[in-house]
Amino acid sequence: MENLIEYMPLLLSGALVTITLALFSLVLATVLGALGATGKLSGGIIAKSIVGVYTTLVRGVPDLVLILLIYFGGQRLLNIVGNWFDADYIELSKFWAGVGAIGFIYGAYLTETFRGAYMTIPPGQIDAAKALGMRPISVLRTVTIPQLISFALPGYANVWQVLIKSTAVVSIIGLEDLVGLANDAGKSVREPFIFFAFVFCMYLLFTFISQNIFMYAERKYALKGHDDAV
Amino acid sequence: MRFDLVADNWVMFAEGAWMTVQLTALSLLIGFCIALPAGLIRARRIRILSPLINIYVYAFRGTPLLVQLFLVYYGLSQFEAVRDSFAWPVLREAYWCALITFSLNSGAYATEIIRGAIETVPKGELEAAKSLGLSPRKVDFLVLIPSALRRALPQYGNEVVFMLHGSVVASVITIQDILGAGRTLNARYYIAYEGFLTAAALYMSITFVLVFAFRMLERRYLRHLRVSH
Repeated sequence: MENLIEYMPLLLSGALVTITLALFSLVLATVLGALGATGKLSGGIIAKSIVGVYTTLVRGVPDLVLILLIYFGGQRLLNIVGNWFDADYIELSKFWAGVGAIGFIYGAYLTETFRGAYMTIPPGQIDAAKALGMRPISVLRTVTIPQLISFALPGYANVWQVLIKSTAVVSIIGLEDLVGLANDAGKSVREPFIFFAFVFCMYLLFTFISQNIFMYAERKYALKGHDDAV
Repeated sequence: MRFDLVADNWVMFAEGAWMTVQLTALSLLIGFCIALPAGLIRARRIRILSPLINIYVYAFRGTPLLVQLFLVYYGLSQFEAVRDSFAWPVLREAYWCALITFSLNSGAYATEIIRGAIETVPKGELEAAKSLGLSPRKVDFLVLIPSALRRALPQYGNEVVFMLHGSVVASVITIQDILGAGRTLNARYYIAYEGFLTAAALYMSITFVLVFAFRMLERRYLRHLRVSH
């Protein structure tokens, strides 16, 4: 137990790495998800098939396999390209490789979330807004986006909960996140159980906090019952 | 790309695929045996047991599978009592640690799925059974559970794929599954892509077979729930 307290600052710095990794990945995933959903909803045949391949590919392959492929494969690729320009050996950042991989994976899931949410918006509403002479940008801002947020939030919350747990596997490429640091420290002081139990509790805490944040957000963005007034 | 190396080592990948498939299948089976009673207890809100199961479900669903595996595989060996106990020959082995962890993990997810499915069985089905004079136990075993399991099929299909993909972490504790074979290949020949690409292709093929199989099962067992046009 004293060892755990002594290592606490280190472990907390690892927890910070885990959280920043998760947040950057979420941003990337959101951008990819928005692009993917737009492509699937209003793109041409080429855009639709690119997004189709992307989502099927990602859902068929485990996260760790993609992370290893992006990290080690990316490393090799970077240096092959670097060699053409006589560059020195380039080291791919573990953190950004992790962000790239996790963002890429959950972008595919968010594509489906956003697409599903968009399709729940009654098309009549958008037609009505256009008929009132609203410009496309104000239709987007006042009709589409507010409903999109409220319809997509439950799915978005689910993806986040899975995403944050997924960050644990980035420790396998040697990232010094919460899991990686606890693994090294726990083994060196011969108390792996206590250190992993701490990691276990930290993840439970992340889950618990995010659950509450999303519950608050869902209440805040809930559509004020316009249907039941009829 | 040297895919001839993959062809030369196809036996290693075949053995890896078998390891992945049987580890996943056994974990799902044991998990299901935990989840059926646990889900029923949760749906019935049986005192004392139901909150305990809730804690189990929350803990396993709220943490990464990798951390659970490390806790069992590396963590338990910290205690002398464990190392001296009769269970040590089992807990020392990476394979058994993976099987235990995966089963408990799958059990937690499946408990929630089964609880949800039991709660969606329409009351009318149960009242009809009761009115036919079936005893409460017969209502459970002949009507409630079969109906709930059918309704659980789509989500359970997702859980099966989730467990298959989750099982990759077994390779981290030295188990030679599909990813284990890929990593060995890459390390042996000092290559970066071939082993992982082969592993990705194998996982994807198994996933598609599973998704297809569950679609067939749903078509057969959920036929009565489909809206006819």
